[in-house]
Amino acid sequence: MAIYVRDIAFDPWQVLARHQQGLGQCGRYGATACFVGTLRDFNQGEAVAAMTLEHYPGMTEKYLGAIRAEAMQRWPIIDALIVHRTGTVTPNDTVVLTAVWATHRAEAFAACRYLIEELKTRAPFWKHEQVGESARWVEHNTPG
Amino acid sequence: MISVKYFASLREHMGRAEDRVEAVHARNVAEVWATVARGVPWPVNMLAAVNHTYASAQQQVYDGDEVAFFPPVTGG
Repeated sequence: MAIYVRDIAFDPWQVLARHQQGLGQCGRYGATACFVGTLRDFNQGEAVAAMTLEHYPGMTEKYLGAIRAEAMQRWPIIDALIVHRTGTVTPNDTVVLTAVWATHRAEAFAACRYLIEELKTRAPFWKHEQVGESARWVEHNTPG
Repeated sequence: MISVKYFASLREHMGRAEDRVEAVHARNVAEVWATVARGVPWPVNMLAAVNHTYASAQQQVYDGDEVAFFPPVTGG
């Protein structure tokens, strides 16, 4: 499996190390690119205490799988991994991890960027921020 | 019967997470919305999906389908 939707905290570096150990492709990949999205403690000029990530079970996995398959088809890469949190996260918690293993860095960087950008525009997740005593839905993502 | 689901801010606006619509009352996604929203126009930026795939307002729906309405996604 290379698509995970998790409702508990995860350490992206442990996940990367474990996934790479399980690849069984020693000597084949020369480039590993990853993106780790972490919750900031501010957004739009206000302090963020926590954030709850909602998603659409079933559709989420379908789109994450499709985005990964598209990256695997579009670039000559060896493997791609996507991990996304749901539930309540607090500042410094990892929200998302995308990673790509490839022979060369050009396709590793390009495919990794594709994974995160497509995920942000197509995967059905929604962010609900706790700001002070109130809460608000995040209406759009910040530009990359 | 068509199963209808709402997510995020749209769920809060609707005041419920789901509805059920008789298939004879809705031939496409727009008509599903008109049925559940009782005259409220299609919200600007609202997205829809049929059976876990993004769909246009004109996409046909059938008995047993699952239709979802939600705001723009903000994952990542």
